[in-house]
Amino acid sequence: PTAKPTDWPLWEVFVRSRRGLSHTHAGSLHAPDAEMALRNARDLYTRRSEGISIWVVPSAAISASSPDEKDSFFEPAADKPYRHPTFYEIPDGVQHL
Amino acid sequence: MKPVPTAQAPATADSAAAAPAPAGSLARDVAAAAPALALGDDALVLSHRLGEWAGHAPVLEEEVALANIALDLLGQARVLLSLAGDEDELAYLREERAFRNCQLVEQPNGDFAHTIARQLYFSTYQELLYGQLASGGSPLAPLAAKAVKEVAYHRDHAEQWTLRLGDGTEESHERIQRGLTALWRFTGELFEPVPGLDVDLPALHDAWTTRIESVLTRATLTVPEGPSRGAWTAGAGRQGLHTEPFGRMLAEMQHLHRSHPGATW
Repeated sequence: PTAKPTDWPLWEVFVRSRRGLSHTHAGSLHAPDAEMALRNARDLYTRRSEGISIWVVPSAAISASSPDEKDSFFEPAADKPYRHPTFYEIPDGVQHL
Repeated sequence: MKPVPTAQAPATADSAAAAPAPAGSLARDVAAAAPALALGDDALVLSHRLGEWAGHAPVLEEEVALANIALDLLGQARVLLSLAGDEDELAYLREERAFRNCQLVEQPNGDFAHTIARQLYFSTYQELLYGQLASGGSPLAPLAAKAVKEVAYHRDHAEQWTLRLGDGTEESHERIQRGLTALWRFTGELFEPVPGLDVDLPALHDAWTTRIESVLTRATLTVPEGPSRGAWTAGAGRQGLHTEPFGRMLAEMQHLHRSHPGATW
C-alpha cells in the first residue's frame, strides 16, 4: 500500500490453459517488473496447473479501440450480402473448411 | 485463508496430495514415523509463521504468494504427520518439547526481509532434501517427488526477493543482510542427521552453501560470518528443545483445539 503507483505498474495477464488454443485475458495485477508479474500471475490466475502458458503485458503498452468509434469500427455492413460469403456451396470432400 | 490449520483446511486441493486416512495414533509405518515427524513439523511450523503474514504483506500480490507457500507447506505437513499418526492430535495436542522441527522455521517473521532470509535458507535446504528423498526408496519418496516441485517454487520466490532486496535500495540491502546474519546460526542444524531419514543430510551442506553463496553474491550481499554449527548455534530443535518464541506460537495455534477437546471441525 505504501508503494508509489509508479513502482508497481499495472500488467494485463493472458493465460492459455493446458488444452486451450489461444491466450485469453484473465485479468490484471500490479508488479514491479515482468518477472514478478509472471510469478504473481501464476499465483493469482493459474493455481499452478501444469502445461499452461502465461503472457504478461504492461497495461501501458496496450492500445485499445475507442468506444466512441465503435459504430464506424465494428458495424458490419449487413445490407451488403456479398461481404458475407455465406452463399457458397461447399464442395463434397472438403474436410477442413 | 485461515492462519490456523484445521482438519478442513483447503490445503490439499492444490498441494502435495490428499492425506491418507490416519489409523488412530498408531503410526502407519513405524520406520517412517520419526523422519516424517521431523519434516512434517518443519512444514507445519513454517506454514503457521507464513500464515501470520495474512493481511500484513507489503502488497496484495505478495500476500497471495506467501499464503500460497503456507498452503503448500501445510499440505506437506498433513501428509507427513498422517504418516506418523493422527495429524490433528500431533499438531494440536503435543507439548513444545515433543515437536521435532528445526529451530530455523520457528523463528518469528520479523520484517519482510527477515522472512525472506528465512525462506531462502529453508527452501534451498528443502529443495535439496526432497530432491534426494524423491530418488530414494523410502516411504516418503512419493511425497517428496510431489513436494519438490512446490519447494522449487518457494526457493525461486525467495531468491527473487533476495535479489531485489539485496540489490534494491540502501535500506532494503541493509535489512535483508541483517535478516541473513541473524538467522545464520540456525542453518547448521539443518544438516544434522535425522535418524531413519533416507537422506545423507551432512552431505547436502556443501551444495546448500554453494547455492546460497551464489544467490547472495548476485544480490550484492555477503555470506554471514560466524559459525553455523557448534556452541552458540541452534542444534536441538530435532531433539525437542526450542527457542522462546515457539511456545507462544504454539499457544496461539493450539488454543481452540485445547479449549474444546474432542470437537469436530
